[in-house]
Amino acid sequence: MAVLAAEDATRLFVARSRWRWEEIVFWLVAASSYFLFPGHLVLITQALIAGLFSMSLDILLGYAGIASMGHAAFFGLGAYTAGILAKMGYGDPILDLLAAAVLAGGFGALCSLLVARLHGIGMLMVTLGIGLSCYELANRWRDMTGGDDGLQGMVVKPIFGIFAFDFDGHVAFIYSFVVIFILYLFARRLVNSPFGLALLGIRENLRRVPALGIGVRAQLMLAFTIAASIAGVAGALLAESTQFIALEVLGFDRSISVLIMLVLGGIGNLVGGMIGAMVFTVARDELAALDPVYWNFWMGLILCAIVLSGSGGIVGLLRRIERRFGGTAR
Amino acid sequence: MVVSLVNVLVNGAAYGMLLFLMAGGLSVTMGLMGFANLAHGSLAMLGGYVLATLMNHYDVSFLPALLAATIATAFAGAIVERTVFRRLYGGAELDQVLLTIGVVSMTVAAATYVWGTNPTSVKIPAWLDGRLQFGNFDFGVYRLFLLIVGGALTAGLFFGIDRTNFGAKIRAAVDNRRMTVSCGIDVKRLFALAFAIGSALAGLGGGLAVGLVGLDPTFGVKYLVFLLMVVVVGGLGSIRGTLVAAIALGICDVTGKYYVPDAGAFILYAVVVVMLLWRPRGLFGR
Amino acid sequence: MSEQLALETRGLNRSFGALRVAQDIAFRLPRGARHALIGPNGAGKTTLINLLTGALPPSSGTVLLEGHDITAMPAEARVRRGLVRTFQVNTLFPHLSPLEATALAIARRHGLCLNPLRALKHCSAVISEARDLLGRFDFGADAARPTRELPYGRQRLLEIALALAAEPKVLLLDEPAAGVPEGESDEIFAALSLLPRDIAVLFIEHDMDVVFRFAERITVMNAGQILREGTPDEIADDAEVREVYLGEDGDV
Repeated sequence: MAVLAAEDATRLFVARSRWRWEEIVFWLVAASSYFLFPGHLVLITQALIAGLFSMSLDILLGYAGIASMGHAAFFGLGAYTAGILAKMGYGDPILDLLAAAVLAGGFGALCSLLVARLHGIGMLMVTLGIGLSCYELANRWRDMTGGDDGLQGMVVKPIFGIFAFDFDGHVAFIYSFVVIFILYLFARRLVNSPFGLALLGIRENLRRVPALGIGVRAQLMLAFTIAASIAGVAGALLAESTQFIALEVLGFDRSISVLIMLVLGGIGNLVGGMIGAMVFTVARDELAALDPVYWNFWMGLILCAIVLSGSGGIVGLLRRIERRFGGTAR
Repeated sequence: MVVSLVNVLVNGAAYGMLLFLMAGGLSVTMGLMGFANLAHGSLAMLGGYVLATLMNHYDVSFLPALLAATIATAFAGAIVERTVFRRLYGGAELDQVLLTIGVVSMTVAAATYVWGTNPTSVKIPAWLDGRLQFGNFDFGVYRLFLLIVGGALTAGLFFGIDRTNFGAKIRAAVDNRRMTVSCGIDVKRLFALAFAIGSALAGLGGGLAVGLVGLDPTFGVKYLVFLLMVVVVGGLGSIRGTLVAAIALGICDVTGKYYVPDAGAFILYAVVVVMLLWRPRGLFGR
Repeated sequence: MSEQLALETRGLNRSFGALRVAQDIAFRLPRGARHALIGPNGAGKTTLINLLTGALPPSSGTVLLEGHDITAMPAEARVRRGLVRTFQVNTLFPHLSPLEATALAIARRHGLCLNPLRALKHCSAVISEARDLLGRFDFGADAARPTRELPYGRQRLLEIALALAAEPKVLLLDEPAAGVPEGESDEIFAALSLLPRDIAVLFIEHDMDVVFRFAERITVMNAGQILREGTPDEIADDAEVREVYLGEDGDV
């Protein structure tokens, strides 16, 4: 009987959940940007929020293998929940955040029922349809959402009654950073849990999973609920930090750009979404301001290049370099 | 009352015919090669711009320009297929989606660069302009033209698919690719030709669309959603399905916008989602 | 007397339009059985497995597991009740290691798969169970390598190991030796003979060596129906069975 040694077995699972250097570097840089780039806090906050949004999609895409072209629906739902509550006078930011998480999560659970039976193109289409429907709904329901003028008049109260949101974005940055970091830690635990392993199983071989006694529908429902919830929190953070919601939070553009951010950074490793979002957001701010045509063209080209090369985005590239130099990256 | 209903239906059917022309090729490539080509709308856009440029800047008349648009798009499609798309056959759907989105992005940028963001239009030739009277009803000539051209092409397509050798090979490959390969049929060339024909149809559709709905650099993106809906609801690889779905969605859209303008495109999306849940493989899909 | 039967079907039928792939199947598998299912290609053997596991719903008839009617149960529920299968073609998780795959199967048994807050590295009971199970199949250090890097025979063993991780009462093996090169098939044989005696085992096989080595009873299927059932000797002597297998290799 050749048995794997106990330490080796445990080591396998420990290694999978160890903090990678790119994660540590990213979070250190993100944290220190408060001091390094004090004039750009608003932009960096938006990049971090986009990162949280990408990470939530990664749970579905990178781990469960579910491609969604309508993920912005959850983001937007979270944003409008927080926004409308704040406008109606219930402006406590943390409570609004929780409300956004609950509503978006609930909607996610509902969507999982619709999506569970489909794969491939059919799934892409239904998710697209859901995203577009939500957009249309928000567009038409002007009384609630302000339609394409956007939602204005949010009154966001100070956090814990003490820290009021300031114009320069200091409070918004710290608030968002803390929330996002906590959710990042939660996501790390999730992907290294039995639940995360089951999601990987679904991605790796859908046919095998029920043969192990695992109910795919239940797994996906939980995955959708959590991913949608986190996306909703991201939307709420955006609403609370900018105190304005544009209709395009629900738009096709946003669903597609989050996919691009994720592919850019690397699918299936959580930090990829954060890195991709940071690079994309900062680059877009710099380049799109110069010339939107320029931006569209080069972003399209880079996207094609990434897909054709199959290199797994920025994180994939980093891991490849690591392996070349004798690292033990997996 | 009845007059306006009939008019709306005819307009819807004409619009649907246009969608069919643009989407027909997409159904074949998605059903045949399993390739999710989101850049298909951009091919139609190219057809539109070729037509517009020839008519507006080179004084070419309508029909020759239409022919040129069709051929040019066929070529463009063939080139892109051979150089780029072919590499992702059999790959993950998401990869194909992302790749083709990248291509769409580039084409939007290129179109904006060359033709500017303002809408482009063409002057419909006199013999297609105006309205025809049939008793109490009157119809736009251009729309009737669309119906006739669409109908003729549909008949031609069905004939081609059902009665020719080429059509038989395509049907075989859609049904069972591996078996077709082991029958010694050069599937790669089959795909390349099918893609070129699909692109030609898209170009034709795009060229015809300019006179009906106008043209601007976002044309490919705007209509992509409709094209995808038509293809998926109709069933991948089924020309019949694409036709039925296109006419149905065209009528739904025009009727909806006429009678319930407030609901907007919402009805359409809801219909599509419901359809897909009822028949996940589309109306005539396998 | 169905309490003594691990698995039973009554009047099981399945048709696709005019095509009847399973006709009136009345099949009985006692506890602790070592039962082979043989028949020419297209006889309906894998279809029967699919009907038993719930991958394919029947047109009519019932399936009973230890006396309980499971005909309406989805596949994963049947697995949880102890009806487990392996696949004819390796259906594994290419990028996961055998250890991770087995841990997943065991974690399900411990009810952990919907828990996003438990760290895998801390699930020591699950990990050590997975180690032991794979050790019984002599995986050694291979247990930690990605499945797709392992030789086909090893992967075939993993198929069986994953099935055992579910602690089955009934084990359906779909051609366990299929595709395994000559030099590696001994390991498969060894694994089969080590299966716990209280599990009822039904295996499809074309390799008559394996069949006559392990089967205590044999069922012969042809054209969607059960043709014969009996001991290996009875089947070997049966003229009709030989006719059905005319042209097949092996000493039937």
